[in-house]
Amino acid sequence: MRAQRNNIFFGIDFTLVFLYVLLVLFGWMNIYAASHSDLQSDLFDFGTKYGKQLLWIGMSFFLTVLILLIDAKTYEKFASIIYMISLLSLMCLFLFGKKINGATSWYDFGGFSIQPSEFAKFAAVLALARLLSDRQYDLKLLKNQIKAFIIIFLPAIFITLQPDPGSGLVYTAFFFVLYREGLPIYYIAVGLVAIALFILTLAFGFNTVLLCCYVVLTLFILYLRYYRKISLKFHWLKIMGLFAIIGLFVFSVDYIYNNIFEQRHRDRFNILLGKNTDTRGVGYNTNQSVLTIKSGGFSGKGYLQGDRTQGDFVPEQDTDYIFSTIGEEWGFIGTSLVVLIFTLFVLRILQLAERQKTTFSRVYGYGIATVFFFHYLINIGMVIGLFPTIGIPLPFFSYGGSGLWGFTILLFIFIKLDASKSYEL
Amino acid sequence: MKRGHLLTFFIIAVAVVYIGKLFFLQVASQSNQTPLQSSTVKKIFDYPERGYIYDRNNTLLVTNKTSYNLMVIPREVQPLDTLEFCKLLHIDKNYFLTKFHKAKKWSPRLPSVFLAHLSKEDYAYLQEKMHRYKGFYIDKKSLRYYPFNSAANILGYVNEVNDETAKKNPYYQSGELIGTTGVEKQYENLLRGTKGVKYLQRDHFNKIIGPFKNGSYDTLPTAGKDLTLTLDIELQQYGESLMKGKRGGIVAIEPSSGEIISLITMPNYDPNLMVGRLRSKYSVQFFNDSINKPMYDRSLLAQYAPGSPFKMIQGLIGLQENIITPQTSFRCHHGYRYGARAKEIMGCHCGIVNEPIRLRRGIAKSCNSYFSNVYRRIIEKYPSAGEGMDAWSAHAKSFGLGQYLGYDLPQGQKGLIPDAALYDRWYPDGRWRATYTISNAIGQGQILTTPIQLANMTAAIANRGFYYTPHILKDSNDGQPLSSKYTTKHQTTIDKNHFAPIIEGMHDVFKSGTAKHVRLKDIEICGKTGTAENFKRINGQKVQFEDHSIFVAFAPKDKPKIALVVYIENGGFGSMIAAPITSLMIEKYLTGTITNKWWEQKMLDTNLKHEYEKQLQFVETSEE
Repeated sequence: MRAQRNNIFFGIDFTLVFLYVLLVLFGWMNIYAASHSDLQSDLFDFGTKYGKQLLWIGMSFFLTVLILLIDAKTYEKFASIIYMISLLSLMCLFLFGKKINGATSWYDFGGFSIQPSEFAKFAAVLALARLLSDRQYDLKLLKNQIKAFIIIFLPAIFITLQPDPGSGLVYTAFFFVLYREGLPIYYIAVGLVAIALFILTLAFGFNTVLLCCYVVLTLFILYLRYYRKISLKFHWLKIMGLFAIIGLFVFSVDYIYNNIFEQRHRDRFNILLGKNTDTRGVGYNTNQSVLTIKSGGFSGKGYLQGDRTQGDFVPEQDTDYIFSTIGEEWGFIGTSLVVLIFTLFVLRILQLAERQKTTFSRVYGYGIATVFFFHYLINIGMVIGLFPTIGIPLPFFSYGGSGLWGFTILLFIFIKLDASKSYEL
Repeated sequence: MKRGHLLTFFIIAVAVVYIGKLFFLQVASQSNQTPLQSSTVKKIFDYPERGYIYDRNNTLLVTNKTSYNLMVIPREVQPLDTLEFCKLLHIDKNYFLTKFHKAKKWSPRLPSVFLAHLSKEDYAYLQEKMHRYKGFYIDKKSLRYYPFNSAANILGYVNEVNDETAKKNPYYQSGELIGTTGVEKQYENLLRGTKGVKYLQRDHFNKIIGPFKNGSYDTLPTAGKDLTLTLDIELQQYGESLMKGKRGGIVAIEPSSGEIISLITMPNYDPNLMVGRLRSKYSVQFFNDSINKPMYDRSLLAQYAPGSPFKMIQGLIGLQENIITPQTSFRCHHGYRYGARAKEIMGCHCGIVNEPIRLRRGIAKSCNSYFSNVYRRIIEKYPSAGEGMDAWSAHAKSFGLGQYLGYDLPQGQKGLIPDAALYDRWYPDGRWRATYTISNAIGQGQILTTPIQLANMTAAIANRGFYYTPHILKDSNDGQPLSSKYTTKHQTTIDKNHFAPIIEGMHDVFKSGTAKHVRLKDIEICGKTGTAENFKRINGQKVQFEDHSIFVAFAPKDKPKIALVVYIENGGFGSMIAAPITSLMIEKYLTGTITNKWWEQKMLDTNLKHEYEKQLQFVETSEE
């Protein structure tokens, strides 16, 4: 037992570590492809983006060792404090933060900058896991639900106000965690219906959608009344309420879209819905990124042979649009493989999470799985033109030290928790 | 269902949708595009130098001259000492500012012309200083240059390829140069060589960032071929100077090979004005000059009635058809009466009355009556006028008349040798006979020939019965022999022995006939004057102008070295202008010197401007 504790590598899941290393290295190769130029050829030139990223990767190795050295119980113990520090750091951004690309998301320490929102995710997951680890905690109770929501949405609100709505959006992923831990299905169902109605309203307009909804609803009620022979006598209030809520929602979508959204937000949706075919102005990013992926074909143009990548046709290609480099240089083989690896990676975390003996570990595992899932869901969706433009990095691929470290910490705390389960209890 | 499965389901669903979308993007909707057509690849061409053109004595006729343009890329310009820069270029500051502003407005990233056509001296000087002015550089461009202001109609010019050609011929990009007329057009493929292609990688600003795939797709240019022409530029220039002030053409051919020695049209233009940026200005001027028509190559395109020179053909057909012998004689009474009515007589100026005229004398004195008799006998030899006409027509056509000759210049006219079908169309009831077409006997009537056809006909007579297709290319200097088209003998339908009396008659023209005044001491010339009546239809009225002056000749009589035709529009009687020019040309070509200084000066001084202005006035007055 003693010997096992001293060996920090004991019990860790090498499948996950292997997938992690694979993603990081492949990610770095693509950052190199997207940011190198013929003039600079030194891999360790830390003035270049790929050089810096290599430095971050090297340092994250020490970070993983550090995380594995710390006792697994520490995280549960200090979850609240970590969460508090994280909130504080998010709040202080509004006082001391540095504005980059229009968002005050950074602390500038002279030579390098740190993005606290990347670390806030793991703090939120820890806090949520800590909250739900109480065996008596019942998520069917509204009081408990609200507590959980506060933990989730407090950092999300701060981040959205930076403004970095993309990173804020990731926190909605935790609904899946809450659902797993006993939150009623309504939340997710209502959420999905709301998203569907939102998109339909934008696509087909207020009147059409409202009419269709009411027709469907009426048919459903008639079905209940005459085929299922359910008496509706005592439910008229509920039915009227349903009609009113749907009407109000569709109306508010229409109103918010036209009056509260800024033009740039509207543009993003219009492009996605094919209402705006401008490929030079607002649609430039998406169009170029899709064209670049398309140009890769089945087997790609070969590593470092992506002429569109080298011509800087896609903006932000080393960060948010890194997936388009993969698409151009590695083709369908590369892109589908990356999607598969991410899928396996997340499913493996879920599988391990379900095996955890403590609720804390399970919730934590679930939490990070959803965070990873939402990141690649939104990022790849945006790059291949299925989602509107939402600035959010692709884990382990996008250039940036804070992101890489944030995701590494997220993952390795779970690996440590998972490794420790054998000698706990 | 366990609660954990919902998320698993979502994750797998997303993977399926994404891979499906990627499959659609990257596999299903692929067009067959090569990497070279990608929008990131810029194709630039490496143009080889266009081939030079030499004459038959290896005198350089067409070469290339480099033009230097100062280019600017506004974005790359660094702050500079404007005053010094302006002094260097001999421009003022205003010019600098407006030009720079204009370039910047057009595109800050792409090069535009800052100062065009720098001289070679300026270039040499500026080249050393240019490195100090970032964003400016000197661009070299090759232009055609013609050391002699001569032979523009033969050499032709190069022009920017038009959209239609560029669309049809994938070799050309819009804006590239292509031979548009003359030899430049005919031998475009030899002269231009093959351009090389370089593929460059560009970024999203269209800026070049380096070679595409390290140049592995690039091809090297192959140089254009230098051409040697059959032209004698000395004779050409001499002929052009003699033709100054007149309209018409001279065509000289070497009978033994079909080589075109000179091909003169007048009025012509200065080939150096159809080069580079001058071209757009002058081509408008040249092409719109409907009075002088300098772009109209009369030597190839003008169709005239051949007049008396056609009598040789008439005589030869008569001999071949066995309806006359050299001894057959006819009488002339100041004309030939072909009908009973008073106006049915063809006048004759031979002046031989009450004396039988034989073939040789008929040629020498150009007797209209003699050849009218011959023509009538030919046609009437056959059972019907139609058959006779066709037999006559076939003989005439065997001299290359009435058809495209097939020479290697890109323009031409067929001319016209009438046949039965033509007259059957005119007289559908078939009642026409020889007398209806009697004008054909003396080279008028329906017969039309271009000067080059007449020259070729003369060459065939000089050769005693055969000719080679006239051609302008002597050697393409690529080891390839000349096309067999130009080395194949074309036999006429006339037997060799029939030529002797005709040639004797032509020789007499210089001994005792219409060209006696311009005979040469040491050179035996055989020739024939011609005078062709001409009419113009002005406002529906047939108006007669001064006759065209024609002369065909070859020399020497034995082993002829040159056969030529001189055609002067409205030059009057053939012996007045056409004959002296012929004599001077022959002497110039065969001996290189001129003994007949008096005639030379007279011809140089002769100006028919008043004659042409008369026509113009007529048009003007009749329009009023």
